[in-house]
Amino acid sequence: MHLACILPEVILTLAGVLIMLVDPLLPRTASRKPTGWFSVLAMVAAFAASAWQLHLAPGTAYYGVVQTDAFSVFFHLLICGTVLVALLAAIDSVRPEAHDMGEFFALILLGTVGMLLMTSAVELLLVFIGLEISSISTYILAGFRRRSGKSIEASIKYFLLGSFATAFFLYGIALTFGATGTTRIAAIAAALPHTTTPILAWTAVGLILIGLGFKVSAAPFHVWTPDVYEGAPSPVVALMSTAPKAAAFAVLLRIFYGAYPSIQQHWWSLFWVLAAVSMTLGNLAALRQQSVKRMLAYSSIAHAGYLLVAFTSFSLQGIAAASFYALCYVAMNVGIFAVISHVGGYDDHLWSITDYRGLAYRSPVLCGAMAFFLLSLIGIPFTGGFFAKFYVFSAALQQGMFGLAIIGLINSGIAAFYYLRLLTALYSKPAQGSPVLAVPRMSITLGLAILLSASATLLLGVVPRSSLDLAQRGAGTLFQTGHPAQAAVQVVNDAPSQ
Amino acid sequence: MASIDHSVLTWILLLPAFGAVVAALLPERGKLVQSWTLLIALATFGLTLHLPAHFDYSHGGFQFEINRLWIVSPPIRYHLGVDGLSVWLVVLTGFLAPIGVLASWRVIDTRIKEFYSLFLLQQTAMLGVFLALDLMVYYAFWELSLVPMAILIAMFGRDPGSRTSSRAAIKFFLYTFIPSALFLVGILALYARTGTFDYVELKAALIQNPTLFSPPALWVISLSFLVAFAVKVPVFPLHGWLGDVFSEAPTAMAMVVAGKLGLYSLIRFHIGLFPFESRRVAHWMIMLAVLGILYGALVALVQNDLKRLLAFGTVSSLSFCTLGIYTFAINGLDGAVFHILSESITGGALLVLLGVMYERYGTYDIERYGGLAARTPQLATLFVVTMLALIGLPILNGFVGEFLTLSSGFATSHLWGALGTVGVILSAAYMLWMVQRVFYGPESPLVHRSPAHDLAPREHLALWPMAVLMVIMGVFSPYWIRAIDRGVHSLSNTPALNHPGAALLSSQSHEGEAQ
Repeated sequence: MHLACILPEVILTLAGVLIMLVDPLLPRTASRKPTGWFSVLAMVAAFAASAWQLHLAPGTAYYGVVQTDAFSVFFHLLICGTVLVALLAAIDSVRPEAHDMGEFFALILLGTVGMLLMTSAVELLLVFIGLEISSISTYILAGFRRRSGKSIEASIKYFLLGSFATAFFLYGIALTFGATGTTRIAAIAAALPHTTTPILAWTAVGLILIGLGFKVSAAPFHVWTPDVYEGAPSPVVALMSTAPKAAAFAVLLRIFYGAYPSIQQHWWSLFWVLAAVSMTLGNLAALRQQSVKRMLAYSSIAHAGYLLVAFTSFSLQGIAAASFYALCYVAMNVGIFAVISHVGGYDDHLWSITDYRGLAYRSPVLCGAMAFFLLSLIGIPFTGGFFAKFYVFSAALQQGMFGLAIIGLINSGIAAFYYLRLLTALYSKPAQGSPVLAVPRMSITLGLAILLSASATLLLGVVPRSSLDLAQRGAGTLFQTGHPAQAAVQVVNDAPSQ
Repeated sequence: MASIDHSVLTWILLLPAFGAVVAALLPERGKLVQSWTLLIALATFGLTLHLPAHFDYSHGGFQFEINRLWIVSPPIRYHLGVDGLSVWLVVLTGFLAPIGVLASWRVIDTRIKEFYSLFLLQQTAMLGVFLALDLMVYYAFWELSLVPMAILIAMFGRDPGSRTSSRAAIKFFLYTFIPSALFLVGILALYARTGTFDYVELKAALIQNPTLFSPPALWVISLSFLVAFAVKVPVFPLHGWLGDVFSEAPTAMAMVVAGKLGLYSLIRFHIGLFPFESRRVAHWMIMLAVLGILYGALVALVQNDLKRLLAFGTVSSLSFCTLGIYTFAINGLDGAVFHILSESITGGALLVLLGVMYERYGTYDIERYGGLAARTPQLATLFVVTMLALIGLPILNGFVGEFLTLSSGFATSHLWGALGTVGVILSAAYMLWMVQRVFYGPESPLVHRSPAHDLAPREHLALWPMAVLMVIMGVFSPYWIRAIDRGVHSLSNTPALNHPGAALLSSQSHEGEAQ
């Protein structure tokens, strides 16, 4: 029965190890695409297994370190779905001469195991292990374009700063243990009000926030993001700008709402500042970018900021809004990077906004998809991006956070400018002989990847009901473990307004 | 017929969207895409005609309502309905669509599928704005209406794909989008206290529960609504986008970009939801409206570019509507709504005519024209009729709206009413002078050189319905006013005086009297 709780992780681990074993046995010149298809299959299986977990009774396994509940299932589905799209986008975008593609897919699968563990772990050390598994595989993937100096620079930068940040996280865990004598989330929540050294707990909160703030690239811990996104191969960016961030947000939610709700009055202002700074800095910096990937890197910082707004609203709606935002964010971001990995090419020979001028004249479908993702990033209604923003700011306003909501929505107005710059460039007339006119036709797998992410973005914008329900169920489980008394009050308060 | 009453609004809304999807999939062969779009536009227009045909004039509330829960939490409802205020605006939107298709028939010769499918999407967005009675649904369509417009301006600007058209597209988008962001804060703030987005429920909650919001809070919320709408109209100091958009946008898009969406929203959501707060800004709005009338007309006098001239003329003309709305008199409101209809038709006709001239001579520069009347008499006739309607000649439609709004403006304030009337004279001046320079006098080298083609049958088809309507609306205006009257009647009533907001209002009017 314990195995059922980690079934998706088990499937992916086995598949990853299998690819690692088979890869060296294949002839050097043989195509590695079948390993890609195999990993797609494994990912579909993991997705199905996660969905099946919804029918399990919520509970912990392996001495209470892993918990399966609606919250973990929500993020499992989110991560598996995102990685699936990223895999599909990568199969044809990663150059065939890269004969270590087997390794590429294995690393993605194993990294996904780490992310999945992060979302279901309820013990801080296991969270840390999951974080490391996922980080290490992304460090390697970022440097996968071995002949490009930029890619290696990205990898090393990411690795150095990343390990520094995980050290903060680990130190935070240690201090939490010092303050409460445990590393289990539920036990921390119970012990925290009676701790004799609250200062330790407050410091721990700060350190953990720094460590995870790095992972979600919230300003001021964002400096790595633009360089790494620019240097890393686009199919990898499609992955690392989405799934690991969602996992880190899940951990943030789990830790802050699960373990530290009793000192909420100490940490919500940190989130307020982090959110405001990330939104403003990300958007202002994105205004000046010429490179499409750098621009999207800054935009992802801004989106992390919007998501953090939900944290300031200490309520069930806040958690649900944050989860839903994570879902919409990954759907549109993985989609736009899938488009970029095709248009820009594996070597990023089309990189600036000017290079993208006139894509509509070459490939209307691809361009339409990209425009749609851009509109969703702006937050135009009938796309996921709109509802995501709507729920986040609605949750913030219900807690009376007018200042933050106004900062956020003015920011979304500023953000519209740089997205539109790219959008209008796409639909402008291309210059004579522009390289954009030589963009190859898209392959079926890429088309499938784009179709999946675009339809997810559209459905989240038109019929968000079922995914929102699941997000709210997840939020409910999380809120109850952290704060049973307040959860009850919340439910009572919500009842008449329905 | 009763059964269709419950679904007709959904059909009106979805038909263009469906048409847009199909248009994007059709092959670009011959005039297939154009014909399909025309068919959809005509069918939608036919459906919109169902509304006035079965409109119940004895009934003041919303009709043809659909009210279903769309999202449970938060409770967003798919709530559509029309009343006297919106019914003719819906028909107007349906009416202008086939004309827009005809006006684009030959001009748009590349990226045809993109153009027509975005054109139809724009149609859905605009209809949605008029039909939605749930604030979130309304907001969704309001924002959606920006997207096809911005893309079409960028793609089909005067010099397609140039930096200027990209810039015009971005300018247009941001001008509306940034105030809309604050407008969304306003909507969410209303929801946070009342727990509903539904227009009808919200209106009732605000009236019955005056202590729900502190007066300053409600005041700020109402301002966020006002600014977002005023930009879209545009009201005088916020008109910066209109000149660029008019001169860059393709004819079919320029026809629908200004006026009706913003003015309708002002009446429905600013005056409708905030009776006290909107009365507090009334004298400011009247002042801005009169300034807009004068400023627009004066700037139009010195324009050499036909489209820019029309842009500033539009600012001036739309300001009559703003003036009428904020007098809060039944005459003013009737006149304002009627003027939205007539201004959309005459302004649209003028844009089509300018497009026809551009197709033949390739310029909007007034100085390069001259003596056109002798070579293209039919074009000149229609142009002069439209021009006369625009400057408010009695018997034509422009007169009714201007008369009603100005007379109620005069009743509210003699000074501003009188100044507004000066604007009528100025508008006659810039229009007549322009017509004189373009159509009469000696033939310019450009006109002399180019072959003279008078109006083609397709252009007749686009222009005559509008010309006929200008006369009919001028003569039989009560037919339209009857429905409008039902819609705006409740808005002009003085709100209950026991309301705390009323205290603010009366203290302010005392101040006004003291001054």
